[in-house]
Formats: sequence, C-alpha cells, structure tokens
Amino acid sequence: MEPVTQSLLYLDDISVVFDGFRALNKLSLTIEEAEMRAIIGPNGAGKTTMMDVITGKTRPTAGEALFAGIYDLTTLDEADIAQLGIGRKFQTPTVFDMHTVEDNLLLAVKADRRAFANIYWRRRAHERARIDELLERIRLKDQRFRKASELSHGQKQWLEIGMLLAQEPRLLLVDEPAAGMTDQETADTAELLRDIAKTRAVVVVEHDMQFVRDLDVKVTVLHEGSVLAEGSLDQVSANERVIEVYLGR
Amino acid sequence: MRSLGILDRRGLIFIVLVLAAGVLIPLANLLAPAGSPFHVSDYLVPLLGKYLCYALLAVAVDLVWGYCGVLSLGHGAFFALGGYAMGMYLMRQIGPRGVYGNPVLPDFMVFLNYKELPWFWLGFDHFAFAALMVLVVPGLLAFAFGWFAFRSRVTGVYLSIITQAMTFALMLAFFRNDMGFGGNNGLTDFKDILGFSITAGTTRGALFFASAVALAAGYLLCRALVTSKYGKVLVAVRDAESRTRFLGYKVANYKLLAWTVSAMLAGVAGALYVPQVGIINPGEFAPANSIEMVIWVAVGGRGTLVGAALGALVVNAGKTWFTGALPEAWLFALGALFVVVTLFMPRGIIGLWGDLTSRLRKPAGPVPAPKPAE
Ligand SMILES: Nc1ncnc2c1ncn2[C@@H]1O[C@H](COP(=O)(O)OP(=O)(O)OP(=O)(O)O)[C@@H](O)[C@H]1O
Ligand SMILES: [Mg+2]
Repeated sequence: MEPVTQSLLYLDDISVVFDGFRALNKLSLTIEEAEMRAIIGPNGAGKTTMMDVITGKTRPTAGEALFAGIYDLTTLDEADIAQLGIGRKFQTPTVFDMHTVEDNLLLAVKADRRAFANIYWRRRAHERARIDELLERIRLKDQRFRKASELSHGQKQWLEIGMLLAQEPRLLLVDEPAAGMTDQETADTAELLRDIAKTRAVVVVEHDMQFVRDLDVKVTVLHEGSVLAEGSLDQVSANERVIEVYLGR
Repeated sequence: MRSLGILDRRGLIFIVLVLAAGVLIPLANLLAPAGSPFHVSDYLVPLLGKYLCYALLAVAVDLVWGYCGVLSLGHGAFFALGGYAMGMYLMRQIGPRGVYGNPVLPDFMVFLNYKELPWFWLGFDHFAFAALMVLVVPGLLAFAFGWFAFRSRVTGVYLSIITQAMTFALMLAFFRNDMGFGGNNGLTDFKDILGFSITAGTTRGALFFASAVALAAGYLLCRALVTSKYGKVLVAVRDAESRTRFLGYKVANYKLLAWTVSAMLAGVAGALYVPQVGIINPGEFAPANSIEMVIWVAVGGRGTLVGAALGALVVNAGKTWFTGALPEAWLFALGALFVVVTLFMPRGIIGLWGDLTSRLRKPAGPVPAPKPAE
C-alpha cells in the first residue's frame, strides 16, 4: 500500500461522541518519526480520549487514524496496535502488583506474544541483559525482586515507563507522568523522556507547566476536543484564546 | 518465589503425599485384616476416592479463578459431562445383563421404547473412545463458550452468571427423558469397567490409585502452566487485564487456553468419580454444586493449587460428617464457613498456615492479600 502520509501518526478529523457529548471534535494532529510533543489542556479537554483512540480502546465516531502511513488504527484491537509499536503509559500508574519488578519488565520486553509460545518460554541471556539495562535506566536495580505493589508512587511511574521502553515502541504515549512526583523526580522524568525521544516519537500529556518547560518541545493545546493552538510553550502561552481558556473560568 | 523448576517444596510434598495415599490406602484395604488398626474399610475407599476427584476438580477451578480471575460458577457442567461420558461406557459394558436383557440398549432405552441406539451413543462401547470423549466433550463446550464470552469481553459477575446459566440449562436438558441420557434417573447399575467387576475391592483400589495419579498429574500440568511465562501473563490478566492488552497480548486467547484445559481436567475428575460412586444423574449439573466448588477453593486458598485440593478435602470431609450427624445444618455450616473465610482468611488455609509459620519465625508485617475476583 502507498503511504497516505509520511508522518508516523496521522489523525484527521477525529470525533468521539459519548451519549451526545463530544469528547473529541474534529481533532487533527500529526506526529513525525522520533518527534517529541507535549499536549496540554484543561481537565476534560479530551487528552486521554485521544490516547484511547490511538491505542484502540475507543473507536472514533468519525475520522481517520493512521500509523506509519499504512495501518488503520480504527480497525485494529489494542493488542495489534501495541504489537505495531505503540506503547502507552496510563494516567494512574498501572503495573502488575503481584509480580516482581523484574517480571513486570519481562512481560513487557519485546518477544513472541502468543499464548502457546509462552508456555515453552525459557529465560534467555539476551532477555536478561535487556532487563538489566532497563533496570539501570529506570533506577530500580535494587528493587528487582520486590513486588511492584511495594514500590513508591514515583517508582511505579518509572517502572511503567521502563515497561514502555521494554516494548521498543516507535511511538510512546505518556499520560501525566509527573503526577504525584516530587520536584526532583519530575525533573528526572523530563530528562528520561528527552533521552528516549532521541530515538522514538513521544507524546506527553501533562498539566505541570514546569515539566512542559523542561521538556522544551513543540506544544499542542487541546480544548473541548479540538486543537486550540500549536507552537512553542512561549508562543502558546501568549495566545489570547489559550489564556482565555486557562484563566477565563 | 524465584525457583525455576515447576515444583517448589510445597508442591513436592503434595505430590508425594497424594501418590503415597494412592498406593497405601488401597493396600491397607486389601491386605490389612479387618480389625487391624491399619485396615481401611470398604466404605472408606470409594469415599476417599471421591474426595480425590473433587480435589482435581478444585485444582481445575483454581487454574481459571486463582490465576486468571475467571470466577466460574459452572464447572459442575464440565465435571458432569466427563462423568456422563464415562457413564455411557459403563452402561454399554452391562450388555445383556440388564433387567430387560437387551444386548445393545440400556434398560432405560428399552423402557422408553427406543428401537435402536441413538447416534451419539455409538462408539461408547470402546473404552478408548469414551476416554477421548471425557476430554473432548467438556473441552469443546468450554472452547465454544469461552470463544464467545472472552472475545466479547464478558468479565466479572456477568461471566460468572452466564457460566451458572450454562450449567443450569444443561441440567434442565439432561432431566428430559428424550435427551437419551436416562432422564432424572441418570445412568447407574454399572457392572464392569474394562472387564473387571466394578464392586470388587481390587477394582475400587485401582480406581482410587488412578484418581490419585490423575490428581498428581493434573496438579503438575497446572503447575507447569502457571510457572511458565504464559502463567505470568495469566496473573497479569487477573490483576490488570487492559494493561496486559496494551502490552500486545491477546487476552482472549490466554483465557481460552486456561479455560479449556481446566474444563478438560474437570471432565477427567468426573469420569473417575462416576465408577466410584456408581451413578451419574442430572443433579450433578445443579448450580449449587458449582458454587460449592468455588467455596472449596476459597477455603483452601485461592491461587495456590495445593490449597484448592486441600480445601476440597477438608470441606467434603466436613460435609460427610455433617450429613451423618446433623444433616439439616450442613448448608448453614457451609455458608458460615464461606463468610468466615472471606472475612478472616482471605488467603484460605494455606495463607493462614503461611502467616502462622512466618510469625513463629519472625514477627513479620502483614502479608498483602491477593485481589478479590473482579
Ligand atoms: N467512556 C466515557 N463515557 C462518557 N464520557 C467520557 C468517557 N470517557 C471520557 N468521557 C468524557 O470525555 C471528556 C474528555 O475526557 P478525557 O479523559 O479525555 O479528558 P482529559 O483531557 O484527559 O482530562 P484530564 O486532564 O482530567 O485527564 C470528559 O468530559 C469525560 O468526562
Ligand atoms: Mg486525562
């Protein structure tokens, strides 16, 4: 198939209607390969809903969503989309509480996802090395054999980011990674994401303006389900309509 | 637990105990003279054999409930179907020795004026075919049921309710005479199994031994599944189903595999149960039976396999005692037991034991309870 677009992610005129309520309203957005983008917007703007559409959790009422120019995201299920290379971090950290930190990463490491293949699975050296490397990167090396339920909130957030990396996705969707973190953790997280974005596309939703400033990337402002403004943080902060939306209520 | 092999210490002890009982109890029945302290009575052997079948059934329930979060209230259906497949073989073994002396048709068919054997009874005169059906019939039903339920993402209470509806519907169907399974009387009056008299002490002993082996093998199979990476994914599905999907796993397939294996194990348990109790009737499909199975697992300790088997033994021993001593009180006792376990022992007997032993060793902090079924 001829790619319709060169963009890695291409959303065109996406609308999502819940019982007559428009959570997304003709939203259009493109993300390029290895681009990092910050998405901001007031509560209920539709940021999480947009991620739901991209990852197959919610089907749009109208519009087109393409990945790598050829995959129609509106027809695939969550597992297919994840296998294409789209990883997602949830707004509230979701890790597998009863599994160890190591096993959480093991389940995420890119590998055969079929049920039968995993019955015969044996621990391989390269998988172990990959997990070592990830543990190092998310600073959980000492917690390797602890249950994920015993981690602090910030550690869980990082574990989930580690699980994202383990999947080796081409596109990462990260929903409010700094929520509930200390200032130091927030700064560290921004640095980690910037580092990741050197090789992969990253879309970050965040309310914390200091965090968005640290990221230092192009910003998209969502409001009532559509794009209100796009540009550098300074540009959008100076935009009158953005000021109105954020301060006018 | 970081052990790589499929058997931990607890599992090893369990297997050894089950197999030792499988050998020693029949021997104690056959060799020790009556009156000797080592003698096990003729009454006790099939009774304990029945418990072993229930234990295997409980292990099957635990595989899907404890590890995959699928609370089945319909496993009695798979158990009964396995039992019927075995019952059909045993009926055909009767041959011309029935009351009506018909060489082909079982008594109830003669009584109901059947002219020939219904097509679905063909082949059941061969043990191998019947044994295959013990696996295939529950397996196929489970596969078809799970295919629709898991793909349509029916979960939680709704799934439990439709499993209950499934076994209820089967019960109603099997109660009908024109289904061709003996109606409410079911299948009984068995004579032989594989040419051996079904009431002979040696046959009883062999059936007991077979039940012990089946329990050990079923346990090992489940243990192999849950200790593999497949099993880790199952637990992930249990605790955070949608997260597992976003990692790229086809959750429906994972559930379907465990569900089908579990149904087949339940079928095997039913098939071993029927020759030991001497009858299978539609009452085995009763919804209350399936609920009782879940209570066994909860009492023993969900998500441990060994606990499930232990729970089946303990609760059924209690049931036997109660139905002898205080028959009216049994259901109340069972209900009270369930409430006590849910409130005070969320991890069952196994969990309680673990807490006690670790408290004796060192004053440990609280152990997190597993999440309740969704
Ligand atoms: N499944 C649903 N059914 C009905 N309404 C929904 C559903 N999901 C989201 N909504 C509504 O859609 C709107 C957009 O929600 P969304 O979660 O996308 O906002 P958000 O931008 O992520 O907000 P926040 O910053 O609070 O996370 C909200 O008004 C929400 O109530
Ligand atoms: Mg949100």
